[in-house]
Amino acid sequence: MTEVSVAKDDVAATGDLVALRNVNKHFGALHVLQDIDLTIARGEVVVVIGPSGSGKSTLCRTINRLETIDSGTITIDGKPLPQEGRELARLRADVGMVFQSFNLFAHKTVLDNVILGQVKVRKADKQKAEEKARALLDRVGVGAQADKYPAQLSGGQQQRVAIARALAMDPKVMLFDEPTSALDPEMINEVLEVMQQLARDGMTMIVVTHEMGFARSAANRVVFMADGRIVEEATPDQFFSNPRSDRAKDFLSKILHH
Amino acid sequence: MFDFLEDYDLLGAFWTTVQLTLLSAVGSLIWGTLLAAMRVSPVPLMRGFGTAYVNIVRNIPLTVIILFASLGLSQTLSINLGADDFDSINFRLAVLGLIVYTAAFVCEALRSGINTVPVGQAEAARAIGLSFGQVLTLVVLPQAFRSSVTPLANVLIALTKNTTVAAAIGVAEAALLMKEMIENEAQLLLISAIIAVGFVILTLPTGLILGWVGKKVAVKR
Repeated sequence: MTEVSVAKDDVAATGDLVALRNVNKHFGALHVLQDIDLTIARGEVVVVIGPSGSGKSTLCRTINRLETIDSGTITIDGKPLPQEGRELARLRADVGMVFQSFNLFAHKTVLDNVILGQVKVRKADKQKAEEKARALLDRVGVGAQADKYPAQLSGGQQQRVAIARALAMDPKVMLFDEPTSALDPEMINEVLEVMQQLARDGMTMIVVTHEMGFARSAANRVVFMADGRIVEEATPDQFFSNPRSDRAKDFLSKILHH
Repeated sequence: MFDFLEDYDLLGAFWTTVQLTLLSAVGSLIWGTLLAAMRVSPVPLMRGFGTAYVNIVRNIPLTVIILFASLGLSQTLSINLGADDFDSINFRLAVLGLIVYTAAFVCEALRSGINTVPVGQAEAARAIGLSFGQVLTLVVLPQAFRSSVTPLANVLIALTKNTTVAAAIGVAEAALLMKEMIENEAQLLLISAIIAVGFVILTLPTGLILGWVGKKVAVKR
């Protein structure tokens, strides 16, 4: 028994893609991340949930250093996050990010949004980049909108373009920072379906969301945060049917029964 | 009534005004953009330089800057910007002075444009791995320029009229000609009106055209 579990641990250790160790961050007096320890294995889908202000978005943003941390270490694929500069830019290219407010480049067409990073960061050939961009836009179901500007698209379409833009960089891991929170209800599913497909394809994903349905169906693991701490980590089944902490029970009772 | 005009090169003088305006506009757009980039850069030294430059230069009267270019640079330090006759030395010094001065205003117009670009645009650009320079030149500045067209038009109009200060160091532009005509002819009101109309002809279309362009290129969000 012991031998088996040791072997398992070894596999997990080499398979770790993202590792946060003892991460702390303050916004002024607010201790927004407190001693965060979290590892995400290759191919794993981790959903981070919790009440507003629990630090889950901040956690997500520290992983590609859009937020700096005060102490602790974050490693991606074994390499610690570098300081601001060329090295960091290279690392960010490997970490796809999808924002709550889409953040598509407003002065560029949908197609150019997906091409830009490939050409300017990956130094891809313009022609190849365009082919790949069109394929990705088709894959997320907005191929027909390629020549429009972001403002001409619905929120759900914009968010799917944003996913395509991130995928165009061939990221090792994708971060989703409340990707459906700014969407009208009828557009949430079209985005979640794309994310679910991505999860099935084996993409490593860290998803901050309030969509419990997505957490149940797509997550390998649920991380529950409150007041800057990770309070509970469990499989979706365990977490939703039998939460251990009072904080999680309280949270779930507020969102699940009405 | 307009007979006396035949003795003066009115078109030539306004042509000099146009040349002063265009050269200074291009120069101050370039230098002003660099200053704006400094003011938003993450490097404290550059930010400090940009802020200091803008706050010092925009508070010095243009006349002082242009006179310093002539008396200080040319006559004291013999910096003549590669020209050797009096007219081209002063013309080039006037352009230099106008660039130094106007760039501060271009910088601030652009910075107000940069402030209209949502933070998320730069974050998304950083998140796909663009460097600071690329974030600025590919994502932030193109959007900032589009929303700065109207304020930049104001700067350009002000610049057109500010070229008259070059008369102080003897550049043969419209205002110097006006002074000369007023000294020689007894037509004060008429001469002033002609020069005023000339400037309106230059600046009115600038404002109208750039106003239209500004609306046309505005980034839809």
